[in-house]
Amino acid sequence: MVDLDKLRFTKTHEWLRVEGNTGYVGITDHAQKEITDVVFVELPKIGKEVAKAGEAAVVESVKAAFSIYAPVSGKVVKANDAVEKDPSLVNKSPYEEGWFFAIEIKDKSEIDSLMTQKDYLEFIKTGAH
Amino acid sequence: MEKLIFEISSPGRKGYSLPNLDVPDADIKSFIPQEYLRKDEPDLPEVSELDCVRHFTRLSQLNYSIDTNFYPLGSCTMKYNPKINEKMAGLPQFTGLHPYQPDTSVQGMLEVLYETEQALCKICGMDAFTLQPAAGAHGELTGMLIVRAYHTSKGNPRKKVVIPDSAHGTNPASAALCGYEVVTVRSDKAGRIDLEALKSVMSDEVAVLMLTNPNTLGLFEKNVKEIADIVHKAGALLYLDGANLNALLGVARPGDMGFDVCHVNLHKTFSTPHGGGGPGSGPVGVKAILADFLPIPRIKQKRSKFLFDYDAKRSIGRVRAFYGNTGVIIRAYCYMKLLGSDGLKDATFEAVLNANYLKTKLKNDYRLAVADEPCMHEFVLTGKDKKELGVKTLDIAKRLLDYGFYAPTVYFPLIVEEAIMIEPTETESKETLDAFAETMIKIAAEAKSNASLLTGAPHITPVRRLDEVLAARELNLRWKRPGA
Repeated sequence: MVDLDKLRFTKTHEWLRVEGNTGYVGITDHAQKEITDVVFVELPKIGKEVAKAGEAAVVESVKAAFSIYAPVSGKVVKANDAVEKDPSLVNKSPYEEGWFFAIEIKDKSEIDSLMTQKDYLEFIKTGAH
Repeated sequence: MEKLIFEISSPGRKGYSLPNLDVPDADIKSFIPQEYLRKDEPDLPEVSELDCVRHFTRLSQLNYSIDTNFYPLGSCTMKYNPKINEKMAGLPQFTGLHPYQPDTSVQGMLEVLYETEQALCKICGMDAFTLQPAAGAHGELTGMLIVRAYHTSKGNPRKKVVIPDSAHGTNPASAALCGYEVVTVRSDKAGRIDLEALKSVMSDEVAVLMLTNPNTLGLFEKNVKEIADIVHKAGALLYLDGANLNALLGVARPGDMGFDVCHVNLHKTFSTPHGGGGPGSGPVGVKAILADFLPIPRIKQKRSKFLFDYDAKRSIGRVRAFYGNTGVIIRAYCYMKLLGSDGLKDATFEAVLNANYLKTKLKNDYRLAVADEPCMHEFVLTGKDKKELGVKTLDIAKRLLDYGFYAPTVYFPLIVEEAIMIEPTETESKETLDAFAETMIKIAAEAKSNASLLTGAPHITPVRRLDEVLAARELNLRWKRPGA
């Protein structure tokens, strides 16, 4: 089980799990519930440079398409092909099997600007969309 | 449930007969190379003429359209399509034309196109129009190409397009297709563009702000003058997505509000058919500073003759073959002539009145998405409170089908949770609006007393609720013979 206390969160509902210099990115349980059944995921190409809060991937449900933004800047080093093949993983296992991509983090100080789980839960409670 | 035509097929049955061959027979292999020939016969349905007629007649009777029932699809302006439009567009003098005929032999057609452009200029407060774009999103792309050409002529195409979070999804798509980076600007609590947020994203990198007015919450962006000033101060342009023009005709003009470029939807605002595949038409209007960039050809009038003018060095070029969906344009022209400027104004007032009437009827049983204030031609409800009862907006929409209504737009705009967006248009009677409101209120009561009526809906349509998720995840569009 992933330890949610170790994750960092964005206002656009991505989570970031840091392992050394690598940051794994996915969307939160709250986000997957809001967008409902995911039917399509488009991942960034490995090697792509992404900027903090820049668009990095696309997720589509029967409701609409949404952009996934990079929580921190860096280079994409891994992409989870499994979610492209089976987008339902995003709904079934948002924090584990449903991760999207991993970034080689350029500037670790950017992590500090992200929310902790406690901050994030507070953020969604106060009516963010 | 009607069977597929493949399923009523019987081997060898025919709905045609051909005369005896009166030329020498030839083997197909003798004139088409082997590599282009298919190996197996195609599995086509084989039915009699009568079976074929009955099959498609039965299917056509399942059609739901504005000619059969109320169609309150928000931001789509599903108004009645007057039959006189069909009659005019069907005149052999129009239908018999060929697009390659010389200008001199199609003066009447050109006059209709020219006058339509002039009328749209007057209605929108713009200086020039092109009728070429085939529909709304194509109009947006044309508008973005014009914006890009304008900035390029100033030495820098710029990088960003600013779009409010309540915008139609086509706006960011059009901007991205044109090579721009999209910057989203949030709405304030009341549902309008947040001026401070707008100021914070404006810079000399921004090419244009794409604004929908009234916006998708059905609210007039009353700060539009100030918005225009902020945008123009940064050297950027202001674009109007004309999807909601039905709230403005004859009353307010985008050009006067500070918009530099706009598209309009003839298939929404100007009563041409919509929703059955169209085709649409998305003319684009511009202020004089942008007129040189309009697509070629332009229609010009010289000494009472009309002609296609290709002489435009700064034009973005062609955006469509020939001159747009002319059959649709004739219908819109007919509509404008039929109503006249006073009639268009009346239609606007009625559209706004109808929306406010329905909003008032529904606001006790449904929650409004924004604070209660007079709306324009449409309004948005949120199904947030119903969700707590275990009923989603989707369930309400499906239940409406059981009562014979087309469902409103749902889950849009994206900034409203469980959104239900209703646009009645001016062409509905009070009786129809009352019947719809009563049904919505009944459904709200059902949500409390018997939620399964909604979650299991629709119950009486030819096809019950479809598994949209399975359909999207495992798209299968091709029928295969069982066992094949």
